[in-house]
Amino acid sequence: MSAPTDQDLIGFVVHEARLIDQHRFEEWLDLFAEDGHYWMPLEWGQTDPRLTTSLMYDDKVLLRIRIERLKGNRTFSQKPKSRCHHVLQTPQIETRDEAANQYVTWTPMHYVETRLDEQELYAAWATHTLTMVGGKLKIKLKRVDLVNCDAALRSIQLFM
Amino acid sequence: MGRYKNNAKAVHDLVRETEVHRDVYIDQEVFDLEMDHLFANTWIYVGHDSQIPNVGDYYGTTIGRQPVLMVRHSDGAVHVLYNRCPHKGTRITIDTCGNAGKFFRCPYHAWSFRTDGSLLAIPLRKGYENTGLDQSEAVKGIAHVKHMKNYRGFVFAKMSDSGPGFEDYFGESLSTIDNMVDRSPAGRLEIAGGVLRYMHNCNWKMLVENLTDTCHPMAAHEASAGTAIEVWKKMAPGANTKHPAVEIYAPFMSPYEFFEKMGIRIWRNGHGHTGVHHSIHSDYSAIPGYFDNMVAAYGETRAKAILDENRHNTSYFPNFTVKGPIQSIRLFKPLAPDKTLAESWTFRLVDAPDALLERTLTYNRLVNAPTSILGHDDLEMYERAQEGLHVDANPWVNIQRLYDPAELEQETAVINGTSEWQMRNQFRAWSKFMTLSM
Ligand SMILES: [Fe+2]
Repeated sequence: MSAPTDQDLIGFVVHEARLIDQHRFEEWLDLFAEDGHYWMPLEWGQTDPRLTTSLMYDDKVLLRIRIERLKGNRTFSQKPKSRCHHVLQTPQIETRDEAANQYVTWTPMHYVETRLDEQELYAAWATHTLTMVGGKLKIKLKRVDLVNCDAALRSIQLFM
Repeated sequence: MGRYKNNAKAVHDLVRETEVHRDVYIDQEVFDLEMDHLFANTWIYVGHDSQIPNVGDYYGTTIGRQPVLMVRHSDGAVHVLYNRCPHKGTRITIDTCGNAGKFFRCPYHAWSFRTDGSLLAIPLRKGYENTGLDQSEAVKGIAHVKHMKNYRGFVFAKMSDSGPGFEDYFGESLSTIDNMVDRSPAGRLEIAGGVLRYMHNCNWKMLVENLTDTCHPMAAHEASAGTAIEVWKKMAPGANTKHPAVEIYAPFMSPYEFFEKMGIRIWRNGHGHTGVHHSIHSDYSAIPGYFDNMVAAYGETRAKAILDENRHNTSYFPNFTVKGPIQSIRLFKPLAPDKTLAESWTFRLVDAPDALLERTLTYNRLVNAPTSILGHDDLEMYERAQEGLHVDANPWVNIQRLYDPAELEQETAVINGTSEWQMRNQFRAWSKFMTLSM
């Protein structure tokens, strides 16, 4: 199994954001490893998802629940549906560890979520910890650090 | 000219026995009166003293619209001060928490104050000689909130001289705080995990009423809790254990009979709680080691009695709520008639296993975060109500479920868990404390 190139890693992160923007959530969820997590810390520089609260710390079960809920017939907070939009800087390769099969990228981004007349703009850094599984890149951890992680926030219903 | 200011009768008339006028939710003048009267005449939760463990530590928050500071003075006592320099009005601190050292120093003109608020020094003081400074407001130092009580670490304050004293105001409702503190083998709580801050475009009272609204979960939360159950069924068919999130979400889909039987307890002055006999928190899996810690601290009988309480939401009128079995508290800070900041805090039970704090934080994240699917369900309902109330065809909101005129004579009661008596209880208290000093 050959290691991914830097361009593979960059392409993966860009594609991942596109799947969210296009609401292709089945394909998106498939990008996560079985033990993968999506983590949005609550505190600046947070190191622990367990004994410090987070905005999100979802495993695949929780992500699946969110995705099914978005489609639900009685999901009134999605009538009408939210939309979202990512603007990414070029992802930067933080570390490549072929022996450990672990690749980390760092991506500053702006994210917009809208619903009805309301539009919220968020600035964040996404850190992807990726690994090769069966010849494909998968997400072990997607960490999203909001610049204003500790601010009073409105609902965030989709994914950054 | 307003309709409600200096008009106690008009304010009284907003609350009928089984309905309330929409102006309590949408009218700016009523909101202003709430800030001037209701939030002055009642005891408002300020913070927990574990947020300021060391001398000089302070924590900045608000009581109604008033910025205040909770501070640990050099003798260890907690003071609640208005966050305003007595000189020219500058806020003494802007950050939420920090340590002042031995004294506060106003950043504008360097007047300094001891941590009990008293004036310490004024630079170039001789410029005030023979000006009558000793007669001024400024020389009195940073003003105290008039009444303050630290109850087992929970700091409350009352701004006005009107209204009852602390014990009289809360009475038996303090048993919920007692139970939460007793859940620590050491009898001590520490704020832990960080605070979730969720901005709601609705009136603060909608969040309060929702705490004892047991006829909404199976309807409004079908989207989140119902989906969680379905997903778990598909992903882990026949599983004996539940995913931690499913264990937390699933009970929200309990049938009406469950909520009818769980019961509501009514107390004086607008306080009350759901979950008298059982609650959605009753069937969580045991945390290894915790019960043993409790038995070692209290003996088996007492430990069991403490843990057998499964109170769901205790509503401390007007805007504070405690969830004992989860070790979480929420504060609904009114910002405008249609704007409320919901703060959700959590505690570590001192000497209990970390796994308990972990569940507490999981609950808070899954239920109270701005990213919570359950929170999204609720907020959608509040905000739709905030908009719907502008319909002129019917200005009244109905709170009639299981109403019995005999309840007007009763101060405390244990009742059917789907009753709206607690909402009526809150509005009767609202009416009382709004007009107490008018
Ligand atoms: Fe709810």
